[in-house]
Amino acid sequence: MIAEWEDIIIQTLCRFLIPFMQTYSLYVLVHGHSSPGGGFQGGCIMAACFILLVIAYDLNVAKRRFKEKINVIFCSLGVFIYAGTGWACLLLGGKFVDYGKLSLILPTDPIKARYYGMASIETGVEIAVMAIMISIFWDLVTAGKHEEAFKEEEDVGTNR
Amino acid sequence: MIKKAISIIIAIFAAAALLEGVRAFPKWADPYQPASLHVSPRYIEKTVEETAVPNMVTSVLADYRGYDTMFETSVIFTAGISVMMLLRRRPK
Amino acid sequence: MWEQIVSKYNYWIYVILIMIGFYGMMAKNNLLKKLIGMNIFQWALILYYISIGAKRGGTVPILSEEAGSPFEHLKAIQVINPLPHVLMLTAIVVGVATTGIALALLVIIYRRYGTLEEDEIIEELKRWKRL
Repeated sequence: MIAEWEDIIIQTLCRFLIPFMQTYSLYVLVHGHSSPGGGFQGGCIMAACFILLVIAYDLNVAKRRFKEKINVIFCSLGVFIYAGTGWACLLLGGKFVDYGKLSLILPTDPIKARYYGMASIETGVEIAVMAIMISIFWDLVTAGKHEEAFKEEEDVGTNR
Repeated sequence: MIKKAISIIIAIFAAAALLEGVRAFPKWADPYQPASLHVSPRYIEKTVEETAVPNMVTSVLADYRGYDTMFETSVIFTAGISVMMLLRRRPK
Repeated sequence: MWEQIVSKYNYWIYVILIMIGFYGMMAKNNLLKKLIGMNIFQWALILYYISIGAKRGGTVPILSEEAGSPFEHLKAIQVINPLPHVLMLTAIVVGVATTGIALALLVIIYRRYGTLEEDEIIEELKRWKRL
């Protein structure tokens, strides 16, 4: 398990940096259309914010911020958004990922509707990648025993 | 010790086989190599008039080849589910 | 013969990296080092594939807006090939998935046998008459 470490410089810096990292990850996602970026890259940065929280603080602190049950819901929500957009195109009378047919719902022309279709699937990809990376990290760090990892251990060496 | 010697010999034979194939490759960064003459000129020239996105990598990944990206997302989803299945245990 | 090496030196570098990863997978005893060898193999293949799409004198495959016309118009020979980059994005994600599952299997093996060395595990299996 990850032992508790109290170092004032690292904890203050991480507390300061994590909101900026999350904003940067959303920036990379949205600007994927006109600069390098996209869904996968933003999802990795968002997962790195959470892993930084676990490394700087304790496992209990990180679990209070982002519960495990919500993470499992996010895993499937990302794939559902992606497949749902493709399925909506199918219902509106086109082929499977033919985003031009989304112009029947959105108030734009068929060429701009492909732009918005791409934006929605990149959001789905980011949510899925973030949730899966956090879930794999959780399972490997606690070696599967989620409930036992959060008991207070008195004889773990702390760096004071 | 014998395992490392045999491994080095096998690796050298495999490298020789691969480098024999490298002899038939075109030169590096040749503008007229066959890899950049068939499909990609269409993606490069028509990306703004067919999809209004100036980033060619995103438009190929999400629009022209969107079906592959959907299955890739399901691959990473399957990996997360299988790590959950292998490692999680109920507390006794 | 010298011209063969100089004009295609990127392929030589990637073949050497592939062989380093292959040697690591075959010759090392520890299971974690074999996994690192597999990772080196995989990243060398990804880099090799990306280097196919380079073009002499080509620019980045992102069009920029200008003041007058909406987007600049470039011919296909001035822009590097975007297709290998796209295909390798998928390959990177598949590599991450494979590494994650391999690490989970290593945790289970350690929990069962108490060691990660290959010869000790094979001796244990022979003692239980399963090999």
